[in-house]
Amino acid sequence: MEIFLQQIINGLVQGSVYALVALGYTMVYGILGLINFAHGEVVMMGAMVSLSALSLMAGLPPLVSLPLSLLLAVAFCMLLGYGIERIAYRPLRHAPRLAPLITAIGVSIVLQNLAMLIWGRDYHSFPQLFANHAHRMAGAIINDIQLAIVVAAFLMMAGLMLVVHRTRLGRAMRAVAENQHAAQLMGVDVNRVVSVTFMMGSALAAVAGVMVSANYGLAHYYMGFLLGLKAFTAAVLGGIGNLRGAMLGGLLLGLIESLGAGYIGDITGGFMGSQYQDVFAFLVLIAVLIFRPSGLLGERLAERA
Amino acid sequence: MPNAHEAGIFKRQRRRILLAAILLVLPFAVDGILGRGWLRIVDFAMLYIMLALGLNIVVGYAGLLDLGYIAFFAVGAYCYALSASPHLALAFPQLFPDGVHLSFLIVLPAAALLAGGMGVLLGAPTLKLRGDYLAIVTLGFGEIIRIFMNNLNAPVNLTNGPQGISRIDPISIAGLSLNATQRIFGITLPSVHLYFYLFLCFAGLVVFVSQRLEKSRIGRAWMAIREDEIAASAMGINTRNLKLLAFAMGAASGGISGTLFAGFQGFVSPESFSLMESVMVLCMVVLGGMGHIYGVILGGLLLALLPELLRHSVLPMQQALFGKTIIDPESLRMLLFGIALILVMLYRPAGLWPSRVRRRELSSDERPDETA
Repeated sequence: MEIFLQQIINGLVQGSVYALVALGYTMVYGILGLINFAHGEVVMMGAMVSLSALSLMAGLPPLVSLPLSLLLAVAFCMLLGYGIERIAYRPLRHAPRLAPLITAIGVSIVLQNLAMLIWGRDYHSFPQLFANHAHRMAGAIINDIQLAIVVAAFLMMAGLMLVVHRTRLGRAMRAVAENQHAAQLMGVDVNRVVSVTFMMGSALAAVAGVMVSANYGLAHYYMGFLLGLKAFTAAVLGGIGNLRGAMLGGLLLGLIESLGAGYIGDITGGFMGSQYQDVFAFLVLIAVLIFRPSGLLGERLAERA
Repeated sequence: MPNAHEAGIFKRQRRRILLAAILLVLPFAVDGILGRGWLRIVDFAMLYIMLALGLNIVVGYAGLLDLGYIAFFAVGAYCYALSASPHLALAFPQLFPDGVHLSFLIVLPAAALLAGGMGVLLGAPTLKLRGDYLAIVTLGFGEIIRIFMNNLNAPVNLTNGPQGISRIDPISIAGLSLNATQRIFGITLPSVHLYFYLFLCFAGLVVFVSQRLEKSRIGRAWMAIREDEIAASAMGINTRNLKLLAFAMGAASGGISGTLFAGFQGFVSPESFSLMESVMVLCMVVLGGMGHIYGVILGGLLLALLPELLRHSVLPMQQALFGKTIIDPESLRMLLFGIALILVMLYRPAGLWPSRVRRRELSSDERPDETA
């Protein structure tokens, strides 16, 4: 039972990070119908920039340096997201469907190698700024960082929902997602909405990057790849293009993974160990998609609108 | 006096003979001018072209976005690695005291069949999925295959895990080993040359099959499905069977190139079958010109050779310019590669060499497939 609770907690922590990153994928997909393959690298850039900022501000008290570096990472990633959209996606908005996918892959390769040139191939350790207290909850353990990750992720998701459903900008975003041309005719500046969407997604990605590197205490130029892949999987699991779906998918994927990794050995009688964690995640994804071809919360669109 | 039609046929025939002559002397030219290392790279490029042509059937003709294509390459490669190496002696010492050493000519069709079967296995449950959902399922499938190959070294050592399988038998046909220098009709042919001709035969076969498919009823049905699946099925096309056939044909072609790869390299490990490789093959198809055989060949050739060209030019160029190595050549090379991908797509969104039909579609302003 304690192990079960512990796996649930681990899954929630990992899942909230997935959810934040998945939101970035799903927002862009909802508006442009495009898989932003470079999103995982934005997460990595956020983590690396915040780390560099932290090491530059090593003398300052952590209560100042941590928010400041977080802010810096967010600002940097927003710029990066804006730039990626302008350079690699906007010129191709009316191109064949796969063309932007290739530029996205190109951007991802460029960012990864740029990071390798700047920060090197080594793992960078995230400084321990606060004493990381561990709390016991019914036999399971959750520490301060994990608690902060879950709380912050939920706050940000709530904030995003407010923006999308209660503000003028959010209404414009939903309108563009619904029908780009009609929105344009109603006076929505589509280009601006797309830029803002990319910037919001990248801001979430930056925060997620800082969370991951704080939780594991590590950052690495290659960390964005697998994280991006998982988050994309989560977005599809929930129904890509749907914000609530991305959150649900992220949390579910986190839980499935940690429970799968925890129990897969017992289920298969020791034949498969936790190294099959990823297989588990993908199998669940495939199973879900077979029975609900547009994800858990995805709209049941006709095959071709 | 031949009429215009006959003249056209003569011209095409002349061009074909010229192309064949060029391809026949190519290994000697590359070997003589650039060196044997480059001929090896050209051999690998041939394998990539075969892969790209196979994926072109799935993505280019039938319009099914497959992000896990390399899994079929892996199936073919491991098929040959297991059935033509001493490896299985480790797992089943009583059954196979020296491992299994089947002939290449037996393994090849078996691998093609197995890979094709895997293609159907992947295709069957995913028939209902639309574009990007299909992409993620195929991606998941590719990763699952890779993870299994990485971990199936316990409890029974089937794949030897991350270390991979080595000491794979070289390909030999009718007693003629391709791993040694052979003299045929008085011409001395080193091993890399022999492999080049073997790969050329298979690439030619894939090109031929692709060409015939494209012009056949099946090919036209695939393209109809690609353009509008609902309309296609309303016209009486059996979309289910044809999509499965596309998966199977593409996968079989991947399996064949995998078998050749294992025999040529003599070593396989899961590292060669990562998601990045699938993405690379997809880039070849899209960058060259989806659905156009010559475009895809060009894409495959370029993307296989470009990283190698950069590898050989980045380091000397830096030393010539600055007198020392300033930037890590490995990342600089990939950086330039990424930039090249972006630039090509920005300036030629339909690919470097799109088919005539596709170009016509794109030049009209109307975009019929704009989804709401």
